[in-house]
Amino acid sequence: MSSLSTPYVEDRRGGLPRTLVWLALAAAIGVVLFTVLGRFNSEYAYLAAYGVLQYVVLATGWNILGGYAGYVNFGAAGFYALGVYGSVFLYKLFPDLPVPVMVLVAAGVGALFGLGMGYLTLRLRGVFFSIGTLALSVILHTVIVNWEFVGGARGAYIIRPEEAPVLGSYAAYLCLLMFVLAVIAVAIARTVQHSWLGRGLAAIRDDETAAECSGVASLKLKLAATSLSGAVLAMAGAPFPFFITYVDPATAFSLTVAVNTIAMPVIGGMATWIGPVVGAVLIGSLQQLATVTISSSANLLIVGLLLVVFTSIAPFGIMGLLSRRRRNVR
Amino acid sequence: MSMELFGNALLSGLLLGGFYAAVAVGITIAFGMLDIVNIAHPAFIMLGAFVAYWLNVEYGLDPLLAALIAAPFAYLLGRGLYRYYNGVFERRSDDSLQGLAFFFGLLFVVEVSLLLVFGVDYRFVSAPYIGPSLTLGDYSVPYRMLVPFLAGLGVVALIALYLGRTFTGRAILAVSQDPGALRLVGGNPIKIKEAAFGLSIATAMLAGALLVIIQPIEPSMGREFIGRAFAICVLGGMTSLLGTVVAGAILGIAEAMTTTYVGAAWGPAVSFGLLLVTLAVRPSGIFGR
Amino acid sequence: MSALAQPATPLILDASGIVKRFGGFTALDGVDFTVRPGERVGLIGPNGSGKSTFVNCITGALVPEAGRVLFEGADVTRLSAHRRARLGLARSFQIPRPFKGMTIRENIEIPLTFAAGEASRRRSAERAGEILHSVGLGTRAADLPASLSQVELRRLELGRALAANPRLLIADEAMAGLSDSEVDEILELLVRLNGEGIAVILIEHIMRAVTGFCERIVVLVAGKKIADGAAAEVMRHPDVERAYLGQ
Repeated sequence: MSSLSTPYVEDRRGGLPRTLVWLALAAAIGVVLFTVLGRFNSEYAYLAAYGVLQYVVLATGWNILGGYAGYVNFGAAGFYALGVYGSVFLYKLFPDLPVPVMVLVAAGVGALFGLGMGYLTLRLRGVFFSIGTLALSVILHTVIVNWEFVGGARGAYIIRPEEAPVLGSYAAYLCLLMFVLAVIAVAIARTVQHSWLGRGLAAIRDDETAAECSGVASLKLKLAATSLSGAVLAMAGAPFPFFITYVDPATAFSLTVAVNTIAMPVIGGMATWIGPVVGAVLIGSLQQLATVTISSSANLLIVGLLLVVFTSIAPFGIMGLLSRRRRNVR
Repeated sequence: MSMELFGNALLSGLLLGGFYAAVAVGITIAFGMLDIVNIAHPAFIMLGAFVAYWLNVEYGLDPLLAALIAAPFAYLLGRGLYRYYNGVFERRSDDSLQGLAFFFGLLFVVEVSLLLVFGVDYRFVSAPYIGPSLTLGDYSVPYRMLVPFLAGLGVVALIALYLGRTFTGRAILAVSQDPGALRLVGGNPIKIKEAAFGLSIATAMLAGALLVIIQPIEPSMGREFIGRAFAICVLGGMTSLLGTVVAGAILGIAEAMTTTYVGAAWGPAVSFGLLLVTLAVRPSGIFGR
Repeated sequence: MSALAQPATPLILDASGIVKRFGGFTALDGVDFTVRPGERVGLIGPNGSGKSTFVNCITGALVPEAGRVLFEGADVTRLSAHRRARLGLARSFQIPRPFKGMTIRENIEIPLTFAAGEASRRRSAERAGEILHSVGLGTRAADLPASLSQVELRRLELGRALAANPRLLIADEAMAGLSDSEVDEILELLVRLNGEGIAVILIEHIMRAVTGFCERIVVLVAGKKIADGAAAEVMRHPDVERAYLGQ
């Protein structure tokens, strides 16, 4: 029995030690990243790193549904804004609540919205789900614009605590938090990919009818994926109000977030957890450079063009180009 | 609540509905009949609006005339786009997800291109019927609403005639019901779909001209029409042209009532709310089987 | 069917009065259809006679407007397809529908995990190996479906149905487009599966396969059952001759 062709056997042999290796690797990356950032010691360095890490979380979260199950969520910015405004709401009620708690609340709310969205549309063909997610995002936007308690159209100011719990500066602390969220998001995506849930979703993506006839409870699995994906997407937005200290609906429901969240997994490769990470790091870093050097609308144009080009000529993204067999990277 | 306020809202909603039918008819063709989820359709509407604006400002052409001149080019653009889409996505086995992402990318490419060329300022056209109103008893009907209403209904009526009376039109209807059926009688479904998609993009050009008559335009406005176009298409039963007109009127009235009685800020949620309710309650739409 | 007419052996499949309409078109007009455990039944009829619609009503892809479907005595009329698959009702598709992104082995492991309830990955891998061997794809386990020939894809379809541990297998035109020797290969495989106690419904246009394999044949024409009986008898039935020769 060749272990290359039987990934499940490979997994079983890996088990706990592999996970430990994986966590050690994540910790090592974290140490290197924050040492380098510490050297720069500028707000801008943290700002840039936060932006890229945030996209790692968003792209990874989106991919749990979009990549694994093949259901395109156009409402990523809506889920993200759910996290952003969840924090604004909690801040207005309990200003002293620690940010990680807000992240947890956002995850719960995101999961519930994902579930509701799924119930509404997942019985229909996949494209209705996509349009439904767009609908949800616009309706949420309208609600927020009209909701005075969280600032309405004018936006809301957040005064962040003087002291950060760790790392001295608050920007550095939030950057670290986002790094931890990225590790959690990737861990979730990786676990799903290797579990029975991931295999069921892969079957649904390849052929939903054949999957049903093979005993895959497609609706249940899709709802699980929608909830998990919604939770991760919302989680990514929760620290944001504290990061920029002022949010309005236009920032929270940002077009850039909506486009990037889809473009990054598509460009990186959607079949495995690593594709969105690669896409987010590459495109995210590129954009941090481009925003400084060119304009932000040119930025969007580039991402749009990349999306058109990659869907046309490289359907399995960068990872697909790198590996002959598209599901090689595990 | 006064009767007059209600009557005005109803009237302006109805007028808006005729324009919305023109906005959605392209989606009814592309999405309903051809099963192509052209989420970039509203971007092509904006393209049409800016072409009409440009021809109006540069050459003093009437926006409607400008749209008629631009429509054949849009038709060819649509044919080319379909040929590309078919070659790259429809022939590939796992096309649906990638095709959707492709159109999503295209939406932003067109929108940002318009933004880079025309900027973010609101642009408007001049025509003799923009400004004056027709007075009917207590109600006054601005011609800038009446003209798009009539033109919108005209476009849909012409398409209905085309689909019902011409060979290609009937072939499009046949393809929409069963792609295999046409092959049996010797037609080429790809060519037929190509013609239909060209028609769909041509309607976007006309809808764009109607839009710039109704109100000043800026590039990102297109996104507001994603929800409207798909809500109308789904509510109208996906493939029905009559359904498109009726659903357009329903949405127009719903939006006008919301603006009048709830507040303009809630406007964007109306179409998408209607869409979600339709999907949840009756996904086959009011005219669906 | 009255209580008096209850057959002596319990039926594995008992569909009665199945009606399915699409808009104004009646695809199935009160079809009765039964299968005994281990039986080999042929379902034939001209194109558009409702065979595929009937299969979809049995497997759960469609819900009939009227009638009920009993599987091993339990009413499954409104049960979802995946639940029926778990109960032991498996099908192969007319046009093979493999999971394209997975290896041949992974294709087999999906029904093993989700329909047959094989939780252990080691046993699942072993069982997949056995099934692949039995359908003659033992050496192709690590390949992708895209590399398979038509007949191999049909074998994969049957292997995947088999992996669901079925009591009843519906083979929907499993031999269409195959050469004579390839038809024999698939027939041989079906005989072997039937020998293991799996009842088979064979939907087929290749009459030699139907008459050679099936004990009983049911004929569907325009959504109605026009004949049901022993293979030789049904083929001599005047209505069947007319439906087939008259077109």
